[in-house]
Amino acid sequence: MADQIHSTKLQDKIERNVFLMFVMIAILLSVGGLVEIVPLFYLKDTMEHNRHQEIVWDRQPGQTLADWKPGDGVRPYTPLELAGREVYLREGCYTCHSQMIRPFRDEKERYGHYSLASESMYDHPFQWGSKRTGPDLARLAGKYSDEWQRQHLRKPTSVVPESVMPNYPWLDDAEVDPVFVQKAMRVMQMMNVPYTDADIESAVEEVKGKSEMDATVAYLQSLGNHVKLDDNKDYRD
Amino acid sequence: MAATQVEPQYNFDVVRWFTVMAVIYLVVGTLVGVYIASELAWPWLNLDSPYLSFGRLRPLHTNAVIFAFGGCALMATGFYTVQRTCGTALWSNRLAWFVFWGWNLIIVSAVITLPLGLTSGKEYAELEWPIDILIAVVWLAFSFNFIMTVAKRTTSHIYVSNWFYMGMMVMITYLHVVNSLAIPVDMWNSYSLFSGVQDAMIQWWWGHNAVGFYLTAGFLGIMYYFVPKQAGRPIFSYRLSVLHFWALMFGYVWLGAHHLQYTALPDWTGSLGAAVSLAMIIPSWGGAVNGMMTLSGAWDKLRTDYILRFLIMSLAFYAMSTFEGPVMSSKTVNALSHYTDWTVGHVHSGALGWVAMVAAGALYHLVEKLWNTKMYSTALVNLHFWTATIGTVVYITAMWVSGIMQGLMWRDYDEFGTLTYTFAESVAAMHPYYAMRAIGGAIYWLGGVFMLINVVLTIRQASSARVPAAATANA
Repeated sequence: MADQIHSTKLQDKIERNVFLMFVMIAILLSVGGLVEIVPLFYLKDTMEHNRHQEIVWDRQPGQTLADWKPGDGVRPYTPLELAGREVYLREGCYTCHSQMIRPFRDEKERYGHYSLASESMYDHPFQWGSKRTGPDLARLAGKYSDEWQRQHLRKPTSVVPESVMPNYPWLDDAEVDPVFVQKAMRVMQMMNVPYTDADIESAVEEVKGKSEMDATVAYLQSLGNHVKLDDNKDYRD
Repeated sequence: MAATQVEPQYNFDVVRWFTVMAVIYLVVGTLVGVYIASELAWPWLNLDSPYLSFGRLRPLHTNAVIFAFGGCALMATGFYTVQRTCGTALWSNRLAWFVFWGWNLIIVSAVITLPLGLTSGKEYAELEWPIDILIAVVWLAFSFNFIMTVAKRTTSHIYVSNWFYMGMMVMITYLHVVNSLAIPVDMWNSYSLFSGVQDAMIQWWWGHNAVGFYLTAGFLGIMYYFVPKQAGRPIFSYRLSVLHFWALMFGYVWLGAHHLQYTALPDWTGSLGAAVSLAMIIPSWGGAVNGMMTLSGAWDKLRTDYILRFLIMSLAFYAMSTFEGPVMSSKTVNALSHYTDWTVGHVHSGALGWVAMVAAGALYHLVEKLWNTKMYSTALVNLHFWTATIGTVVYITAMWVSGIMQGLMWRDYDEFGTLTYTFAESVAAMHPYYAMRAIGGAIYWLGGVFMLINVVLTIRQASSARVPAAATANA
């Protein structure tokens, strides 16, 4: 017994009353989360496009998602890409791949320009990842051909002999469900992802008859080419 | 005889069931872990099957060890210690049984849905929205029953282990409810209500505090009851427990941001998380010191008491990983360690070394008390202790080497100023360490099997001994 039981009056009171203890704990536990999370929703500096408006696609009335060109700015995923993203989530790709490039020289040379917060503003949920058992995918778009991506998904070691990634042969056999894609887009729309009603209506046509392989490749080829990034600009400051 | 006197007073049946399930889930959860570790070393084990591929089994492993094993261990010990320290039976035995069946239903649904690829896509919170709702209901039932039991205690003061359990209950409620907010697409699909950077911060606020409150505060509750009980000594310092409890409650909440340093999360948030992380070594070590020093004057017991060995070894691992954590959250180290196996190693020194070892010690103690007997085989307990210790050391050593090696290979430049290694070369270099990790995990798993065998034999022996005794008593 290193010390005798000395206590403060408040501590003594708390230890005698479970409801007081409950309230004290509940208040104390809420502080850190409130301070760190709430400001992210209203501080303008959090999202780079508040200062650099060119980061987000300025879509004109009447334009469709197909009118977008790489570099035009962040846009919502096309229906096929969204279906591919669904596969990405389902297969747990985020357990081995990150989508978040840090501002280091080696990452810039290996993967490209560091990632911006605005680039994942339509990502429900975010897919930044926490582990690189495989490489970062944040700027995968255009790095390899569609055919390379297909081959790689079917059997990764056929193009990268050192790879420890599983084969995904079943993606060729499964078809994208157009009804699900439409429902998913409606949910995204509810959460302020700027899909127009026309985008959602034309979705069925776009994904009908496509395989999950087509969708996954479309998604992978859309990663990181939305914004034309300027090396001379400091987006984070 | 003691059993017949105790049982009408306390509700121990539900505790018995949670105890047995915890041991079973320890074996199952670590087995899945060993399998996916082997997949990384020998990728043919994915067997070209969607249901066995790494990306789907990895969430199953994390959910099984954290929620199935960890959850049952917390509920067994929580329901046991709250009765013992408050000198009263549970507020509601029926509600406790609801918690038991509800929690196991959640685990069964996880085992079915995760291999099917039904996931929310948020790390450590993969379960889909109907299961999330069930988790919230069962968790609140657990918490409510616990707090109401404390409220009707016969002692004047609330014992320290209960403070920690309550801290866990409140925080996990906050975390689970906020982080799981999502809009359903259909029965088994939903999208997080938050996106991008806000979603990332909320996810890691959840992710780190699941560690901080579920796997640390909750298991410190276990430590505060079972270490003094098993050692037969009072807790070293009451004052230290007060200080480190409130410091831990206030401080841990801030740490999640250190998972997002140098990412697109604003720098102020990541740095704040890192600064508080460094300070957290003091409350963390407060707990470790308080547990270890409880043995002062009774260290000789370690020579003979194998259950006590588990508890003390777990505190050593706890002290080590709570030192490693702040180091890794400092920006300089994090720049290297983030995205590497070092993080995986750090998690496992906490999970295998601290959480599962302190739980094993507590569960052995529970089996002896609940079935009013000694363990069937002390040799098996000892064997479990050594396999667990050696398995953990092999695992974390492999991950230290592979993690630091990855970090160094990725950032290495040759004399001409170009990157020395391709990513694929770093993957190839990991093979021996991934194999070593799988072996370390397998050794650890084997220890869990010894435990399960020992617990089953102990219970069988105890029940067969009780039947004749009861028969004579009735005669």
